[in-house]
Amino acid sequence: MQIMGVFAKIGTFTIGGGYAMIPVIEREMKDRGWIDEEEIEDVVVLAQSAPGLLAVNMAIFAGYKIRGLKGSLAATFGAVLPSFAIILLIAIAFTSFKDNVFIQKFFQGLRPVAIALILVPAVNMARKGCRKWWQWLLMLLTLVLVAFLKVSAIWVIVCVLIVSVAVASAAEGRKKKC
Amino acid sequence: MLALLFDIFWTFFIIGLFNFGGGGAMISLIQDSIVTTHQWIDAATFTDILAISQTTPGPIGINCATYVGYEVMHAAGYSGAIGVAGSAVATLAVVLPSFIVFFLLMKIFNRFHNDPRFTTMMSALKPATAGLIGAAALILSFNIIPVEGSFLPKVEIISYNFPDWKSGALFAGAFAATYFFKANPIYVILAGGILGLIIY
Repeated sequence: MQIMGVFAKIGTFTIGGGYAMIPVIEREMKDRGWIDEEEIEDVVVLAQSAPGLLAVNMAIFAGYKIRGLKGSLAATFGAVLPSFAIILLIAIAFTSFKDNVFIQKFFQGLRPVAIALILVPAVNMARKGCRKWWQWLLMLLTLVLVAFLKVSAIWVIVCVLIVSVAVASAAEGRKKKC
Repeated sequence: MLALLFDIFWTFFIIGLFNFGGGGAMISLIQDSIVTTHQWIDAATFTDILAISQTTPGPIGINCATYVGYEVMHAAGYSGAIGVAGSAVATLAVVLPSFIVFFLLMKIFNRFHNDPRFTTMMSALKPATAGLIGAAALILSFNIIPVEGSFLPKVEIISYNFPDWKSGALFAGAFAATYFFKANPIYVILAGGILGLIIY
């Protein structure tokens, strides 16, 4: 219950999601003595490489370290519930406010900004993630496939998963033979 | 109705399962599955949802999934409790894969992490994710229509999101503020809305 409360607090007061939550979760966990510094680093690293949202993964992992499956469930519910409730209220209200002239103007200004803001993490990720030539090629290929050739994003991810693991396994095999 | 709810569940489950790279990646997957593939909601509605998801508390991916779940039911003619059910189903489905993967792999996760196959996989996923998010931004800005027999597609600006040069300027300003000057996204979004009130 207490775990749920803490994660609900974290969920409610961090706007911007995932990366904004990490330092807050770290501080809360450490202050309460639930997990130590080293464990938190493990949690962050694993949460980043597992599928899904960073914030949710952090909650699942940290909750588990504190109190097993129950802790995990409580933390996740805590992290998700506030945003679920808030968004639902907005969704229900927005359908009736939508045609208000001020709301329309406000959103007219908001829309290009919202699109610019999803481009920022893409550029950051490209700068950090593209070190070798094949990574640049892969990024461009994904962009063209999804935006221009209308290939499903899920299929692109599945192909990337399969091919990368196959290539790495082959490279490992060769190393063992030598 | 139940069939649609099941469809929502399955679609968001797949999105959650193949979502590597956090909220931005999830937004591109939701956009791809819900708007492009299923056409449950249009690009215009999605952009509004995106803007709201970025300004409300909580993880962007969860906000977006919850809202889209409601909106899909709403667009299909359902409202009230059934719309809420759509939200709940979408949110649950997008979180569930993380749970399953974690508890399946928990024992070997630490070993996994240094496996060369795993590190290669991650180093391939990062650029792909960057490409996916870039594609999502492109698709929300332009209608890209493939032209029969031509290599180059027809490209037109989506006027709902970019009606004039002023919206282009807002886009450029917001990008510069967050990317170069590391401004807090919340303030950038609110500034966009307020500027919208003034200039439109």
